[in-house]
Amino acid sequence: MNKTSNKFRHLVWPLVSLALLLLFNAIFTDNFFKIEIKKQDTVKEAVQLPSVPDELTVPAEEAAAQAEAAVEAPAEQTPAAQAPAEQQTPAKEDKGVSIFGYYLYGTPIDILNQGSKVMVLAIGMTLVIATGGIDISVGAVMAIAGAIAALLISLLDAGNCPGASMGPAFYWIIPVIAALALATLAGFWNGMLVAGFGIQPMVATLVLMVAGRGVAQLITDGQIITFDNPGLVFLCNGHALFLPFSVWIVVSMYVVAGLLTRKTALGLFIESVGNNERASRYAGIEARRIKWLTYVICGFCAGVAGLLAASNIKCADSNNAGLYLELDAILATVIGGTSMAGGRFFLSGSLVGAILIQTLTTTMYMKNVSPAIVAVPKAMVVIIVCLLQSPVFRAKVLSIFASKAAKGGVQ
Amino acid sequence: MKKFRIPMRYVPISATILVFFAVYLIGIFSFDNFGSPKVFLDLFLDNAYLGIAAIGTALVILTGGIDLSVGSIIAFTSILIAKMVSTGCNAVFAIALALVIGILFGMLQGWLIHCFSLPPFLVTLAGMFFIRGCGFIVSEESIPIQNDPVFNFIQNDLTIKLGKGLNLRFIVILYIVLLIIAIIFSQRTRAGRSIYAIGDNELAATLMGIPVGRTKIMTYTIAGFCSALAGVVYAIYLKAGNPLNCVGLEMDAVAAVVIGGTLLTGGVGYVFGSLFGVLVLGLIQTLIIFDGRINSWWTRIIVGLLVLAFIFMQNLITKISKSKSKSH
Repeated sequence: MNKTSNKFRHLVWPLVSLALLLLFNAIFTDNFFKIEIKKQDTVKEAVQLPSVPDELTVPAEEAAAQAEAAVEAPAEQTPAAQAPAEQQTPAKEDKGVSIFGYYLYGTPIDILNQGSKVMVLAIGMTLVIATGGIDISVGAVMAIAGAIAALLISLLDAGNCPGASMGPAFYWIIPVIAALALATLAGFWNGMLVAGFGIQPMVATLVLMVAGRGVAQLITDGQIITFDNPGLVFLCNGHALFLPFSVWIVVSMYVVAGLLTRKTALGLFIESVGNNERASRYAGIEARRIKWLTYVICGFCAGVAGLLAASNIKCADSNNAGLYLELDAILATVIGGTSMAGGRFFLSGSLVGAILIQTLTTTMYMKNVSPAIVAVPKAMVVIIVCLLQSPVFRAKVLSIFASKAAKGGVQ
Repeated sequence: MKKFRIPMRYVPISATILVFFAVYLIGIFSFDNFGSPKVFLDLFLDNAYLGIAAIGTALVILTGGIDLSVGSIIAFTSILIAKMVSTGCNAVFAIALALVIGILFGMLQGWLIHCFSLPPFLVTLAGMFFIRGCGFIVSEESIPIQNDPVFNFIQNDLTIKLGKGLNLRFIVILYIVLLIIAIIFSQRTRAGRSIYAIGDNELAATLMGIPVGRTKIMTYTIAGFCSALAGVVYAIYLKAGNPLNCVGLEMDAVAAVVIGGTLLTGGVGYVFGSLFGVLVLGLIQTLIIFDGRINSWWTRIIVGLLVLAFIFMQNLITKISKSKSKSH
């Protein structure tokens, strides 16, 4: 390893895994890397997975070459090249969900769009884990955020809520703000238990994890509330600047989080609290406040993820929204090299981890693996990545090699 | 006259028992027939699988770890048994195989946790995904167990008739027997005491010469066995298997253990407490069913609040006992 890679060493294993997965797809999945430019009017369901032929008759090398060509193609293609597509009849459901009318369309884009929830969650989770904590309530908070947003939008649609006079084009901002506020409040609650009362993080967030879905069910009265407000649907189904809007949400949140943690002292404070809380308190850092803040941020991120999840399926399902996503977020964070013990964190690593998890999931779907069974290979990948990152495992493997080398030396 | 005082370590479990009787009394005063013995027995019958799972969870939590794979193992074993029985396999063999798989799976988790010092939370999380997926590989749909001689025998003949309409079913007897064994094991055996020592301070336990690795792996193995047995009980209870069953049950088990007065950091608590934790959870559910008007989701919220209350109480007790030990 050379010196320059030192800064990005935590990214090596996740990136290698991701690269292997992409290579697998390049060889065995047709059209995996095919990205098209689509005009908004012609495509009805932007989030749907592109259909993949079941049989793989194309020889491996050829498929890889095709895939490579497909990646390069969109760059050269002008929108005019897509002219035939315009001749198709426009879809009935025109939601006006695209800025500039064109967007990229393909599996990699879909991975980014579907992975946006975990990526957003991973930001908050990374910061919480960096302080030596954990937040297992994010899935439940997502359900709460989605529930309140759906409830408010249904009230607004019926005109039963102040602000309905703004019209559907604008009043969707009310549920968004309400959902984010409520999720932030949930984060504040978690922070209060952990930092304020000194309860172990896992236990403190367990409370909201158990009770949160109950709260969400109470908000929606046990119903699944559907909505079709264009503004709210746009969040996870719309496109801007050629990419899904959710990707821009993720990017902007990462930029903000990155600037906050790496260009101000906040990141250093978080790491110092995670390393040694007492020492950092003696050094004059408001350790409790820093911890509290990370839970609030995590709650906010869960709120954004909850909105994305609700927007994606155009409804709030309190039972299933964000189910097990807290686990995905923790996995993404751990895969990205952030230590569960706290004290160091890598936002970029968490991003790669989230993309890795989503790529794995999407690959399974494209291989016609039942969604329920996807969990099996996912679990194996998790264990393998954790083992690779475990210092004990590395030491043991190294010692095996070392003893072999020693034996070789003797002979 | 000597003042009667409960020793500090019995406070949480006393509080749990108090909560149980308080909720029970509320039920009796609010509804007719709530106090009938049948309701009380059904409490055991409906929650026997949760109780058995909670025994394993309690032991794991006592070592300072956590087992999140409980619900998935229950779902997997129940669907495996249902599938094997429905394809004409001997039910006894199916049950035995399910138990062996549970034991091996628990052992594997314990081995990964101990040998590579991976966080228990992560390993059992991956285990949860893995075994849940395996359940779906066995079958994606619910399979009923019909007309199986072994299951009929367990259901009909292995019951103690206490009176008119009152039957002590086999699964309830099984739960109580297992609970007694677990209590004796944790309190009266060397291995049981080692579990407490490790949960209290792993480093100190290592230095004292306690076989930490062996004990930890053993605990996760027991937890795997308990989960698999809970799956068997669940299959007997429902006479069916479904890979979708028991999603999130591990959290109920953890909640029951916490409400039962066990400290989640390990080392403090009693397996016996999990019985009352489970009964309190069951009582709240029964109360809400009896009422019929309240949204059943209040169960989750009340359980969450109860967990919170017990955590607060334990924090307080820990602080008091710490300040006491300092003053000495």
